[in-house]
Amino acid sequence: MMFTPDIVLTATINGLMTGAVYALIALGLTLVYGVLHIINFAHGATLTAAMFGVLVLNQALGIDPYLAILVLTPLFFALGYAVQRLVIGPASHGEDVNILLVTLGLAIIIENALLAIFRSDTRSVDTPYGFSVIEVGNLFLSTPRVIAFFGSIAVAVALWLVLARTDTGKAIRAVAKEKTGAALVGIDVRHVYAVTFGLGAACVAIAACLLMPTFYVNPRVGGAFVLVAFTIVVLGGMGSIAGALVGGLFIGVVESLSGLYLGESLGQIGIFLIFILVLLFRPTGLFGAKA
Amino acid sequence: MSARDLSTGFLPIVLVVALLALVPLFVTSNTILNFLVFTLIIALAAQGWNLLAGYGGQFSFGHAAFFGTGAYAAAILQVNLGVNAYVAFLVGIGLGALVGFVIGYLSFRSGLKGSYFALVTLAFAEVLRILANSAGFTGGAAGILIPLDVSAWNFQFESRGAYYWVALALVAAVLVLNRAIERARFGAQLVAVRENEAAARALGVDALSVKLKAIALSGAITAAAGGLYAQYFLYLDALIAYGPWISIEALLAPIVGGLGTVFGPLVGALALHGLSEASKLFVGEIPGIDLVIFGAVLILVVAFAPDGVMGVIGRVRRRLGGVSAKTSPASAAAPAPAPAPTREETPA
Repeated sequence: MMFTPDIVLTATINGLMTGAVYALIALGLTLVYGVLHIINFAHGATLTAAMFGVLVLNQALGIDPYLAILVLTPLFFALGYAVQRLVIGPASHGEDVNILLVTLGLAIIIENALLAIFRSDTRSVDTPYGFSVIEVGNLFLSTPRVIAFFGSIAVAVALWLVLARTDTGKAIRAVAKEKTGAALVGIDVRHVYAVTFGLGAACVAIAACLLMPTFYVNPRVGGAFVLVAFTIVVLGGMGSIAGALVGGLFIGVVESLSGLYLGESLGQIGIFLIFILVLLFRPTGLFGAKA
Repeated sequence: MSARDLSTGFLPIVLVVALLALVPLFVTSNTILNFLVFTLIIALAAQGWNLLAGYGGQFSFGHAAFFGTGAYAAAILQVNLGVNAYVAFLVGIGLGALVGFVIGYLSFRSGLKGSYFALVTLAFAEVLRILANSAGFTGGAAGILIPLDVSAWNFQFESRGAYYWVALALVAAVLVLNRAIERARFGAQLVAVRENEAAARALGVDALSVKLKAIALSGAITAAAGGLYAQYFLYLDALIAYGPWISIEALLAPIVGGLGTVFGPLVGALALHGLSEASKLFVGEIPGIDLVIFGAVLILVVAFAPDGVMGVIGRVRRRLGGVSAKTSPASAAAPAPAPAPTREETPA
């Protein structure tokens, strides 16, 4: 099958724009992995919950999805903090397998509670700018997706600055490297764990706000994103922020192009095959130096 | 019979299965039998998972890969190729073992374990789901229907009681198999790999081969559950066969019932689905509410009873045993019960 260069270019740019949001979702996952060394299976469900948050704020109070960032980011930070501190930490007795199972349990609870409340209908948010486009050369780009692209990059940079420049960031990096040592110099490890979890949830909340103007929500929507996010995290190297960013953009392009050439439903296969191949042959990721 | 025989012998299996086999003689309600057949199918799938994860310590999040393979093999061989239902069922079990071996070979050889193994199994199941949803010979998104043609020769029965006995027979066979494995060298090696793979290797255990045997066997058992599902409901689509729901069911039941115990998966499946039915009595048919309860139970079990229902039963029995040792002179000479192991019923 052959396509004109314009179509391929548009698909690539669209892939980059989706990829940036993927990267933002993966950022939350990789941050938690880097510090706690666990895979948060509730990450996708958290995204779904945040997307419903955007929907409810919009329909009940008329709040614009982008404005919802100001409400949902602190709210999800607090929720993430509390869940790690009060549920995941105490329930898992410090064992990796248990953390895996507890976050899986949380994912099941969140997804199905949303199903019980909102039923399985697919819904979306109406905005005046939902279908507006920006003309670049002879390409037409969807405005909300361009905003999502730059928004995601901005959050990634902000997160990097927090980690690199602030005391909290320094504490997080210290715990990630050596938690016993960090505890010895007076860092409250459980607090740092919870802050990290909160940051992960906050990333997902922002991603939800950036996604909703062009996407839909139903109780199962997070599952699709989280598998993509897992792929990105594994590809970029578990715990690597730069890896998540590059991996996210790459996966976005792969998905968009394989969708173009193989069709929508088989398009996802490309992602999973990459996922399996990377896991099998380079489980430390393309950017991960440490095993 | 000593207390040791109770937790390591075959007699409890015979008693439990005999008791369960009587149920259709007293229960004629189709709703209840339906519930029991479905629960037994889940228990069978969970028995497969328990072998790999409970005994071998390898936590799969994608047992749907095996369940779906067994189910699709049963359906496709019958519908598209006209193969006899029992032959199709057996081929499905073989294919389940093969898929298990392939996934196991790829991931164990690459040294995947823990979260990485969980993720890669999840991804394999998803790939199979997407493929089954798009391929032609699986019926694609429309699914595949096994034509109704009731006769024992076609593995289709008039009464639900017959399905119940078939399901129970399969569960019973795996109970016996599990107990035999526990007592065999293979079982000891499997547990050694779970507890400390490096140490097991140092003692000469071929860890890769042990894990491969376990995942192939595990795949075969869960595929049998899938084949039985296809035979009972006569309809499949990609989400039923390869969907995440069955991966979750397969891991929930053994964890709740008792990880790495012979009865864990059966007890867990009955407890969870009993709970889910009970919840419907109280809150009505709200979609998803039963799974909310499952999720909560999972967290509560991990937090407060990591050895599951069987562990709690074991603790209670040991306490009662301790009491009777003081009162009866015959057992007074017996050595005091050993301190509670972390996972009951595992061979030393």
